[in-house]
Amino acid sequence: MSMLSVKNLGISFGGLRAVDSVSINIEKGELYGLIGPNGAGKTTIFNLLTGVYKPDTGIIELDGKNITGKSTMDINNEGIARTFQNIRLFKNMSVLDNVKVGLHNQNKYPTFAGILRLPSYFKTEKAMNEKAIEILKVFDLDEEKDIMAANLPYGKQRKLEIARALGTNPKLLLLDEPAAGMNPKETDELMDTIRLIRNKFNVTILLIEHDMKLVSGICEKIFVLNFGTKLANGEPKEVLNNPEVIKAYLGE
Amino acid sequence: MAIKKTTKSNLITIAILIIIYIVCQILIATGSMSNLMKGLLVPLCYYSIMAVSLNLTVGILGELSLGHAGFMCIGAFASSFFSKTMVDVIGNTFIRFTLAIIIGALSAALFGMIIGVAVLRLRGDYLAIVTLAFGEIIKNVINVLYIGIDRNGLHFSMQDSMSLNLLEDGEAILNGPRGITGTPKNATFTIAIILLILTYVIITNLVNSRSGRAIMAIRDNRIAAETMGIPITRFKILAFSISAGLAGVAGVLYSHNISTLTATPKNFGYNMSIMILVFVVLGGIGNLRGSIIAAVILTLLPEYLRFMQDYRMLIYAVVLIALMIFNWNPTCIQWRENHSLKNYLPMFFKKEKEGL
Repeated sequence: MSMLSVKNLGISFGGLRAVDSVSINIEKGELYGLIGPNGAGKTTIFNLLTGVYKPDTGIIELDGKNITGKSTMDINNEGIARTFQNIRLFKNMSVLDNVKVGLHNQNKYPTFAGILRLPSYFKTEKAMNEKAIEILKVFDLDEEKDIMAANLPYGKQRKLEIARALGTNPKLLLLDEPAAGMNPKETDELMDTIRLIRNKFNVTILLIEHDMKLVSGICEKIFVLNFGTKLANGEPKEVLNNPEVIKAYLGE
Repeated sequence: MAIKKTTKSNLITIAILIIIYIVCQILIATGSMSNLMKGLLVPLCYYSIMAVSLNLTVGILGELSLGHAGFMCIGAFASSFFSKTMVDVIGNTFIRFTLAIIIGALSAALFGMIIGVAVLRLRGDYLAIVTLAFGEIIKNVINVLYIGIDRNGLHFSMQDSMSLNLLEDGEAILNGPRGITGTPKNATFTIAIILLILTYVIITNLVNSRSGRAIMAIRDNRIAAETMGIPITRFKILAFSISAGLAGVAGVLYSHNISTLTATPKNFGYNMSIMILVFVVLGGIGNLRGSIIAAVILTLLPEYLRFMQDYRMLIYAVVLIALMIFNWNPTCIQWRENHSLKNYLPMFFKKEKEGL
């Protein structure tokens, strides 16, 4: 059964049809790339998948369950986590606390237990710390756990955002331009990390990226979007050699 | 086990408060404290509670509230009403006052929740204006409210005490603009400082817990917090009502420290709310210890400037500006770091540098 099944997805902003009849099928464990020229509607699709926008048409099913029109919060609880194109960390909180916010719905205790420091507070916090450090280690961020997120270098902020998203224990992870602003070495590292997390955390990944080296290097399938509609869909080799795709990117 | 840096800082604050308490008690016992100062001890505590609790809304939740005095007002009147009606029923002062504190806190928290549900969908300036209006409404409603009690139960009126139609054994407790008179004066410095420490502990414990992280996550980035599966509205209301409830506790101390409780613009008006906000801003938004220090300095200052008579508030304003500059000017921050106690007394601070 497919992990994510999107049928006929569409949304309009005023007179602009930002996304029109997009259908994607992502199998469990797949690493899927979503590419397209600027303004094609890639981030809009992410916003539709995570409930930031409500689609005008179409059905979104996650792991066989219809999640169309649910709130962002509920969709996260169903198992979709994401990162943002413009980094949205909790800047005034420590690196560790950022990941622990991600763990918010995994390890619970009531508010009064926190205020009164009941045993459940210490027990759960300990488990959360261990889990958070385990995730941070994957990203080589465990040394920096007490640093304010805002003080991390750019590349590490991107990594922290992925770490935080993984904290919510997602089935499907959406990465919005994870390599944006990274140098080639950092991008190489990121590719390894993305492969690693897919296997280690057993997630399906859908990523938006402009760096073709990254896309062709790690994605098993690619969906090309142009003007809100599907241009091509399939294996990287055939999609990237598709004349339509080349035309959309480079012009006539 | 290594103590976390935040925990250590909190313990230091509590230790400072306890030391101040002991010093004050010694001064009182030896008779070297002026009557003016003695009278200010409890107000210092409730202003500090107000500042710390408002810091939860402004600094931790990141929403501007200008109606904090309104919650204090509710706490004051609810608890005062309770104490006055129960003064003959519950003889034990400790039990009665504890119940009064709980009632004051809960009623203020309840109002905080109601207001929160209504206004927390607004943001920034809009929220500030609505909370400002709320504070004024509370004060004005209490000024026209008459509540009396007799053997048939409670009587309400919004006209005057005559229209309460009380029986001959009845008594008007809340007398509109004349407020409540004769609340037992149960608020002592000891209780006040205990409540201040409790408030401080409640907020710091909240901040360093799962819910606190959720609240700060909402402050730092609402959209990201929502994407992490955090129920935004619930945690906003939670923080807002805890903040309101603690302001209610300050109100309880206020009303049990004076003989006649009235809702005037001076004590529960927006001037008061803004003054508390000044404490918070000056002490550092999100910095609880700073809030207490600012509340103490800025409460004592006008009292000790009384000899200047008409120029008092002028000097007060100048001092405010000077303090603000000293607090935030980069040169001043540098100066403070160069002359910090850590440089003069390194033996006391060694451990911290090793990264405990």
